[in-house]
Amino acid sequence: MTTFSNQSLMRNKYYNWIIKNLFSSWVNSLMTVVAIIFIYEVGTFFLNWAFFAADFRTNFQGELITDRSFCSKNIMPGEYGACWAIIYARWDQFMYGFYPIEEVWRVNFVYALLPLAIIGILFDKLPFRKYFIYFTFIYPFLAYFMLYGGPGLSVVGTNKWGGLLVTLFLGVTGIGLAFPLSIILALGRRSKMPIVKSLCVVFIEFIRGVPLITLLFTANVMLPLFLPDGVNPDNLLRALVAVTLFQSAYMAEAIRGGLQAIPRGQIEAAQSLGLNYWQTTRKIILPQALKIAIPPIVNTCIGLFKDTSLVLIIGLFDLLGIGRAALADMTWTKLYYEVYVFISLVFFIFCFGMSRYSLYLEKKLKTDNS
Amino acid sequence: MEQVIQLEKVNKWYDDFHVLKDIDLSVQRGQKIVVCGPSGSGKSTMIRCINRLEAHQKGHIVVHNTELTNDLKNIDMIRKNVGMVFQQFNLFPHLSVIDNISLAPIWVKKMPKKEAEDIAMSYLEKVKIPEQAQKFPGQLSGGQQQRVAIARSLAMNPDIMLFDEPTSALDPEMIKEVLDVMIQLAEEGMTMLVVTHEMGFAKTVADQMIFMDEGKIVEQATPDEFFNNPKSDRTKLFLSQILNH
Ligand SMILES: Nc1ncnc2c1ncn2[C@@H]1O[C@H](COP(=O)(O)OP(=O)(O)OP(=O)(O)O)[C@@H](O)[C@H]1O
Ligand SMILES: [Mg+2]
Repeated sequence: MTTFSNQSLMRNKYYNWIIKNLFSSWVNSLMTVVAIIFIYEVGTFFLNWAFFAADFRTNFQGELITDRSFCSKNIMPGEYGACWAIIYARWDQFMYGFYPIEEVWRVNFVYALLPLAIIGILFDKLPFRKYFIYFTFIYPFLAYFMLYGGPGLSVVGTNKWGGLLVTLFLGVTGIGLAFPLSIILALGRRSKMPIVKSLCVVFIEFIRGVPLITLLFTANVMLPLFLPDGVNPDNLLRALVAVTLFQSAYMAEAIRGGLQAIPRGQIEAAQSLGLNYWQTTRKIILPQALKIAIPPIVNTCIGLFKDTSLVLIIGLFDLLGIGRAALADMTWTKLYYEVYVFISLVFFIFCFGMSRYSLYLEKKLKTDNS
Repeated sequence: MEQVIQLEKVNKWYDDFHVLKDIDLSVQRGQKIVVCGPSGSGKSTMIRCINRLEAHQKGHIVVHNTELTNDLKNIDMIRKNVGMVFQQFNLFPHLSVIDNISLAPIWVKKMPKKEAEDIAMSYLEKVKIPEQAQKFPGQLSGGQQQRVAIARSLAMNPDIMLFDEPTSALDPEMIKEVLDVMIQLAEEGMTMLVVTHEMGFAKTVADQMIFMDEGKIVEQATPDEFFNNPKSDRTKLFLSQILNH
């Protein structure tokens, strides 16, 4: 008996919610119906294109697709959807660029350890967090050694790197290097020393006032001029410099917001206890300011991660660059939708992850010691 | 008697606003001085000058025979020996109570962590809340927070304590628990400079009363004289307002 009445109560709840939110008036009902039709049409069209009418490795006749002429949609125009064979065919390039195939395990190794390297930063209540953080500091050196090579490993020049490897390398390293730099910039911007302060302000405002593309071009052309003759940094390093500077300016502004939220009384209390500037900054101000600033910092990271795709302009093959190279290949040309949908999906996975993390933090900050 | 604080013709301006005008004050070791006066009269500014949270522009401030100038070494030394308690407590919200208290001993006095925590616990016992050691400031009542703030200052083992309206942000039922701690501290011989409008407290502990108005010390007297026979009309007016309140 009770289960039954509970069920009907539940049904009533849903029914009421639907009436109240979706059909409260004629206009609302009309909009609801139109929206449902729209979602249905677009949704079925996309699912049909991407899955039900799509080729994966073989076409509708069961033949392995080795070039675009085997795609079902090119054999029977109008009847079939996506031809994902291009993604399979170019998978290694998408993931590793032109990295020698027999050395690809090294990249996989670095990919596999990446979550371990960042998990300690992301979750402050993680058990054994201290050890994860140690690993975070070891990881860049380990990753560099594995990817580039050195004693015991053959050298793979960065001109062979590409695809997701370049995207992640620029995104993760750029963010990682920009973080300490941005803390210094944000503190410098609030410094009482006029020269330090104006240097930081000029740097931040200059970088923020210039599009990333311009910085990439500038780094590409100008960096060799600042370095001694014969030192010729490779393209990837030039891009990394530009990306890092760009990100540090935006992150610095996010951190400055956090710094401003710390009441003066905190600093005065620390000073009155005899703590000096650096102790006050490190022990009192930064822990509180960074906590507040994490959600906006993550937002700048999402922006940067997507912006790394601009490096194709200076001749690097990031995920997007590899995609465009695949499309330029006569065997696969014209499969635009497949390539761009795939690339979008990869970017989306990473950015959506960051976005969810930021939401999780905001919720956590609200419930934490308030 | 040993003089521990001396202010001599101290003047301070905020831009062109003259906050402190020719302040003269001398505090002996073990003395308890209570400062009162209307809002905006410069009480906070005066005691904040003593540990250089604010800089004065004219005159001399000497604490423990060290003159306060821009010399950071002197400022650091003086801050180590002068504790301060604020109206808004100013506890560090991201640190537990025990970490709040042991922070300065560990970082400023370079004390081993264990020793600093033992000292922190002993001061928590002194302010009668050892059971709150592991909590965060946000989980405590105002009165408890202010007692932690007092313990935090005491843990640096200062020989002078400055209090800037320590009870005026508290609900009435919590004022007593904080004042009791301060009275105990006074009985132990601490040198104290207290800005407060708690006249009962002043009568109990003060050696000297100071009344400030418009940036000047208008009257300085023993509590007996100050309450029963004030000289200045402004003091009389102020006392009548505050005592009838
Ligand atoms: N940072 C500042 N900049 C400019 N003016 C200030 C500043 N701090 C304080 N003042 C002014 O200086 C005067 C004295 O301030 P102070 O805080 O010392 O007063 P107070 O006697 O402690 O008052 P209250 O009882 O309200 O705490 C006030 O008029 C105040 O507006
Ligand atoms: Mg005040």
